[in-house]
Amino acid sequence: MDNQIRVRGFHAWYGHHHALKGITMDIGSKEVTAIIGPSGCGKSTYIRSLNRMHESIKGTRVSGEVKLGDKDIYSMDPVDVRRKIGMVFQKPNPFPTMSIFDNVAAGLKLHGYGSRTEIQDRVEQSLRMAALWDEVKDRLNDNGMSLSGGQQQRLCIARALAIEPQVLLMDEPASALDPISTLRIEELVEELKVKYTIVIVTHNMQQAARISNKTAFFLDGELIEYGNTTDIFTSPHEKRTEDYITGRFG
Amino acid sequence: MYSRVLRRKITNQLAAVLLGLAAIIAVIPLFSILWYVLKQGISGIGVTFFTNLPAPVGVPGGGMGNAVVGTLELVLIASIISIPIGLGAGIYLYEYGNSKLGAVIRFLSDILSGVPSIIVGLLVYLLVVLPMGGFSALAGGISLAIIMIPVLTRTTEQMIRLVPDSLREASLALGATQSQTLIKVILPTAIRGITTGIMLAMARVMGESAPLLFTAFGSSFWNVNLDQPIAALPLQIYVYAISPYDEWHSQAWAGALTLVGIVMIITIIARILTREKH
Amino acid sequence: MRLQQAAGSGSIERRQMGRLVDRSLKWLLFASGITLVVLFILFIIILFSEAGESIREFGWKFIFGSDWNPVTHQYGALPFIYGTIVSSIIAIFIASIVGVAAAVFLTQLAPNWLAGPVLFLIELLAAIPSVVFGLWGIFELAPFLRTDVQPFLQKYLGFLPLFQGPMYGVGMLTAGLILAMMILPTITSIARDVILTVPSEQKEAAFALGATKWEMIRLAILPYSWSGILGGMMLGLGRALGETMAVTMVIGNRPEIAASLFAPSYSMASVIANEFTEATASIHLSALTEIGLLLFAVTFVLYMFARLLIRRVVRVQGGRA
Repeated sequence: MDNQIRVRGFHAWYGHHHALKGITMDIGSKEVTAIIGPSGCGKSTYIRSLNRMHESIKGTRVSGEVKLGDKDIYSMDPVDVRRKIGMVFQKPNPFPTMSIFDNVAAGLKLHGYGSRTEIQDRVEQSLRMAALWDEVKDRLNDNGMSLSGGQQQRLCIARALAIEPQVLLMDEPASALDPISTLRIEELVEELKVKYTIVIVTHNMQQAARISNKTAFFLDGELIEYGNTTDIFTSPHEKRTEDYITGRFG
Repeated sequence: MYSRVLRRKITNQLAAVLLGLAAIIAVIPLFSILWYVLKQGISGIGVTFFTNLPAPVGVPGGGMGNAVVGTLELVLIASIISIPIGLGAGIYLYEYGNSKLGAVIRFLSDILSGVPSIIVGLLVYLLVVLPMGGFSALAGGISLAIIMIPVLTRTTEQMIRLVPDSLREASLALGATQSQTLIKVILPTAIRGITTGIMLAMARVMGESAPLLFTAFGSSFWNVNLDQPIAALPLQIYVYAISPYDEWHSQAWAGALTLVGIVMIITIIARILTREKH
Repeated sequence: MRLQQAAGSGSIERRQMGRLVDRSLKWLLFASGITLVVLFILFIIILFSEAGESIREFGWKFIFGSDWNPVTHQYGALPFIYGTIVSSIIAIFIASIVGVAAAVFLTQLAPNWLAGPVLFLIELLAAIPSVVFGLWGIFELAPFLRTDVQPFLQKYLGFLPLFQGPMYGVGMLTAGLILAMMILPTITSIARDVILTVPSEQKEAAFALGATKWEMIRLAILPYSWSGILGGMMLGLGRALGETMAVTMVIGNRPEIAASLFAPSYSMASVIANEFTEATASIHLSALTEIGLLLFAVTFVLYMFARLLIRRVVRVQGGRA
């Protein structure tokens, strides 16, 4: 159980563009792993490959192996993969026609969570975990779009948590938010790692340094360096990593 | 739990099949209509069909020559009236369309394009036929023009809006007046789109029969005079279709084949013209 | 010196000319634009003034009366209103299901090489003239319905009054079906345009929750585009209500209100088409014009609603972008 996600020799292409070139990497369970690198380095493609979200874009191909526990996710049904590996996106994307409650319950209903009270309990629990409950408990029937940007993003986190995934992928979850909302999200990640394996893509190196246990540096579709966050930021082995984190490019 | 996953997968597959089926159903009418029009109409098409007048029942060799000419004349009259107005109104909306009046005109143009064509015929009957004292080619042309104007207004504005602002600014910056910019820079750039718009509008009114019922009225004779009733293909098809005679029915199919043929060719050419642009 | 002067005055003249051209062009364009306003006002004035006699004579009885008799000059338009509404409802019902489903298929499931041509074929259907629909309706669709479809419906659904009684082929059901085909392109292409405005983030949100493709459509696509699709349906309904020739040819033209969809009926546009040139009495002409006025008013109102609904979608999309 120590290496919950194992990636072996993984390649991805968009049409003719070779976006990921042979990534091999183990992602530890109940840790926060940060993916950093300049834009276009493949970090977004990488995180989207971990729950096969990249397949929603036409013309993508992959090769190699991604295992969750002992199961190869590329031989599983993508629906099952995403059930086990939840995702939060750059821009908050609550369903605009649904209430706050229904947004969180959406995944539960898909996967057939029993009774009305069970769903209610889970919605409350998820909103509490996403540190949103106190702010919305009196207006669960309001539209999800009535929340502020930061609250919307925590709503999306609650929605992802509600179906009890093992892994939570976060693709620059704070990039569209103000500093205070960003801080709330970071605190939240800190709390969630007790229960979940978290992979977070960020373009903000301070953020990676603050919240992650491990950090991976990507460049031009390759994994340049991967290790404990403190090591990466204090004594990187690779010249390119050092150049990047000291702000010499990217 | 497993049975639920299975049920969701089956639902998903079933939905995909049903949605695909809907797409197939949606194209069936076109093929069915084209097939029958071709099958039933081809035998009636010949030289005499385009040169002869309609013949009484029992007399062989009738044709729809006058109706073909009539339709072309009606569309010509309609185009002469509607193209200047439609283009003018479309350009007006582009140049001055941000005003309140512009918004009103745009709104009314959309409303007018949705007015049932039979009501256009009704209006022209009351407005033109009654004062002129009889049905006429002119009245028919006017009613088709009223249908074309809002269509042309809208496409003209849309097509001009596709011209990049930088072109317009470049021309104005060179010291060209507004009208020079319009005539020498903007219209030539948009001309292709506008031409397709005109073609499509012509194809549409060519098939209209409801507004001609009490304006152009139809005729069994050769006529090109503006103040006389005139034959039109759709009208002739209608009259023959609801008649009880088999030979008239096959004439109606031949007429339909001619009409559909012309309309389809124009529509497809227009489509190709717009596709090449992108 | 003289040369210079000439050139100078020439350029002034040219500039004045330019201004003159500018101004006259502006007036020409303005006149063209105003033509549309004038046309609209003409519609209102002429239709109202011509329908006036009938409005004064019959009042509300015109709409709720079902006796239409040009001989005794009794004019109640209910059978026509009924026929128009019922045939349009059949049409909108069928065309919406097929059109929206096809639009979803073309945007979400079909590969590009298939979606483009299929959409083109559906849109080509809109280019078929109404009278050709009618011709095909009389000679192909109506006989097919009479011999194959209607007996089937009667056998299995005959307990409903809708599917009872003699089967003529021509009648309400046939008219509704023809109308459905005629408005299908409108509904399909508006539904497609609206669905394409659904942001990819919405689709991703659904997929990331483990939704299947169909669940994604239900969760993200349909709720988001619903009001725009409704707008498209209203535009389609507007077209169906006013459609004349094809309906006239297949509806049977009998001014009776029958429960059965197999029975012949009559529509508002059809009665105008059939009786207008024969109307010699001014009250008859006036009554037919009032029917036209009603149609005009209904399509106007429908259009306004449709526009509001479609615009709302576009605004939501614009606001998020």
